[in-house]
Amino acid sequence: MALNPFEHADSASSVSGPPSGSDYLADSVFRIIALSCAALIILLILFILWEIGGLALPAMAQHGLSFVSGTTWNVGTQEFGVLPEIWGTLYSSFLALILGGTFGVAIAIFLTQDFIHARLAAVFRTIVELLAAIPSVVYGLWGIYVVIPMLRPVAEWLHSELGFIPIFGTELSGPGMAPAALVLAIMILPTVAAITVDAFRRIPYKVKEAAYGMGTTRWEAILKVMLPTASSGILAALVLGFGRALGETMALAMLIGNSNQINLSLFAPANTLASLLASSFPEAGQIEVQALMYAAVVLLLITLVVNVVGLGIQQYTVRKFEGKA
Amino acid sequence: MTRFPGVTHAATAVFVSILLTACGGESSDPTTDSPTGLQITGAGATFPEPLYQEWIRRYNAEQSDARFSYEGVGSGEGVKRFIAEAVDFGASDSAMTDEQIAQVARGAVLIPATAGMVVLAYNLPGVEGELRLPRDVYVDIFLGKIWKWDDPRIVAANPDLELPSKLIQTVVRRDGSGTTFVFTNHLGTISPAWLNEGPGTGTLLDWPGGAMTGTGNEGVAHKIKISHGSIGYIEYFFAKRLGLPIATLQNQAGNFVKPDAESGQRTLETAAAERMPENLRLFVPDPDAPDAYPIVSLSWLLLYGAYPEPEKAAALKAAVTWALNTGQPIAEDLGYIPLPANIVSAATRALKAIQ
Repeated sequence: MALNPFEHADSASSVSGPPSGSDYLADSVFRIIALSCAALIILLILFILWEIGGLALPAMAQHGLSFVSGTTWNVGTQEFGVLPEIWGTLYSSFLALILGGTFGVAIAIFLTQDFIHARLAAVFRTIVELLAAIPSVVYGLWGIYVVIPMLRPVAEWLHSELGFIPIFGTELSGPGMAPAALVLAIMILPTVAAITVDAFRRIPYKVKEAAYGMGTTRWEAILKVMLPTASSGILAALVLGFGRALGETMALAMLIGNSNQINLSLFAPANTLASLLASSFPEAGQIEVQALMYAAVVLLLITLVVNVVGLGIQQYTVRKFEGKA
Repeated sequence: MTRFPGVTHAATAVFVSILLTACGGESSDPTTDSPTGLQITGAGATFPEPLYQEWIRRYNAEQSDARFSYEGVGSGEGVKRFIAEAVDFGASDSAMTDEQIAQVARGAVLIPATAGMVVLAYNLPGVEGELRLPRDVYVDIFLGKIWKWDDPRIVAANPDLELPSKLIQTVVRRDGSGTTFVFTNHLGTISPAWLNEGPGTGTLLDWPGGAMTGTGNEGVAHKIKISHGSIGYIEYFFAKRLGLPIATLQNQAGNFVKPDAESGQRTLETAAAERMPENLRLFVPDPDAPDAYPIVSLSWLLLYGAYPEPEKAAALKAAVTWALNTGQPIAEDLGYIPLPANIVSAATRALKAIQ
C-alpha cells in the first residue's frame, strides 16, 4: 500500500484520539432521533387505536357483544354481526398456517441442513423470498385464473368420494375457502421460510457437530437437536405468518366468495373481516361505518391476542428446549 | 326539441366534462376551455353510469357553456346526496319514496331517462341452449329451496337440456342497489313466500343460504363468470358485455320470454299506457302483456323543482331534453332499453315544470 495508515495517528483527528465535541453532539443527536422514532411508532399505534375506537364507540355501545355473536349483516335493519367473518378469518388463516407453516419449515430445513450446496441454497432462498414481492392483487388474479380451475376437479372428486366428511361437504363452484387458503399459504410461505432459516442459522455449528459426534443420523440430528433448538425462532415465524394471514385483504376478497355463512366445508364460499372492511367501506353510510370500525377493532383484538399467545408459547419453548430463563 | 340557445353550450360543456371524468380525460381539461362555464354535478345509480357518461361526452362535445359531471355511487347514496342538496341532480333505479320526496324542500321531479332489464345470468359449462325458468322455480332458487341444477322442477321445464347434478350457487349484490330493489320487488309481487319467509323487498337485503356477494353489477357478473353452477341477477347490459348466458323467464301470462331491447320496450310501453302515475314513478313489478319480459325497470334522473340560478335550470332542461331524444338511440347501442315514445313525452312534459 502506498499510503501509510499510521500517518495521522498522532494528530487530533486520529481514530485513537479522544472523542471530540462534535462526536458527542452527533452521538446525542442520534440518540434523540432514535428515541423519538421509537416513541413515534408507539404513539402512532395508540393514535390509530384511539381513532378507530372513537369511531367504533357508538356501534360498540349499541350492539355490544351481540356484534361478535351475530350472524347477520343487514344495513337495512341495522343488524350487524360478524361471527361468520370471524370464523372465516380464523379458519382461512389456520388452514394457511398448516399448509404454509409445514412447507415453510420444510424448506428451511432443506436449505440449511446441508441437503444442497450452500450457493444453490442461497439461490433457492432468494427465489422463495421473491414470493413476498408479488403484489396481493396478482395473487388474487392468479388464484382466480389458475388455482380455481386446477382445484375444481380435485374438489369434485373429494366431494363425490368423501362427501360425508363435513370438510368436503359441498361442491366448489369457484371462489371459496380452499382456493383462498391455498393462495394465503403461498403468501405466508416466504415469511415463515425466511425467519425459520435464520433460526436454524443462529444455531452454532458445533451443536450439529456434537450431535453427529454422538452418533446420530442426519434425521435424528435434525428432529431431536436442531428443531427443538430452533423452536422459539420457528414459533416466532409461525406467529408472524399467522398475523400476516389474518390481515391479508385483497387476494382474499377476490378468492373467498364473500358469503356471509359459517360452513365447515373447504369448498364453500365464506368471508373474512378484512375483506368485509375492504368491500363495504366504499358504499357505507355513517351507521355502517361505525359498525365497520367495530369490526376493525375486533380484527385488531384478534391479531393482538394471537401475538400475545404466540409470544407466551415462544417463551415457554425457550425455557423448555433451550434451557434459558 | 325545446332548446335554449344561450344555455345549450353550457349544458354540453357540463356533459362533456362528465364524460371526460369517466373516460379518464382523453382530451384537454374542459375547465380550462370555458372558465365562465356552469358546473353541474350529479351522482347516483351505477347501472346507467356508462350511458350517462357517454351522453355527457357527446353533449359536451356539441356545446361548451356548461360542464356536467356524474358520479356512479349507487342509487341509495345518490338519493341521499340529492336530499342533502350536495348535487345538482341525482339518479336512482328505485326512484324516490314519498318520504324521501317530502324531505326535499325545493321539490323533486322524477324524470325517467333510460330503462333496463334485470336478467338471470348463469354459468353452467356443458349446458348449451335456452334455459327456461318458471316463475315459482326462480323464486325458490333464490330462497334456497331449489339447490341442485338437476332438481325435478328445473328438469321438467327443460326436457331438452342435460342438467348436471351440481350445486346452485346464487350470486347477489352486497351494496345497496336499485337492481336488487327491482329484482326483489318482482319476486315479492309474484310470490307471497318471498315476502313471508324470504328476505322481502329492498335495495339491500340479508340473503338466505350461502349466497356469494359481489359489489356492483360488474362484481356480480364477474363472480358468475368464474363460478361453475352459479346464477345471479344483473342488468342486461352487463350480462351482454361479459357474454354470460341468460335464462328465459316465464311471465305473468305463462309465456317464456327472452330478454332483449324489443321485448323490454314493449313491456314498458304497455305498462306506461295503462297506468303512468302523475309523478312518473312507474314500477312494473309483474307486467301482464303476453310477450312482456317480466323484470323491467326505468332509471330516473332526480331534478329539483326549482333552482336558484335560472341558467342552471335552463342548462339542465336542455341537456335532459337532448338525452330524452338524441340520447335514446345511443342508449340502445350500449345495451339499454330505449324509452318508448309515450314515456318520452310524459318526461318532457314533467321537465317543463322545472324552474
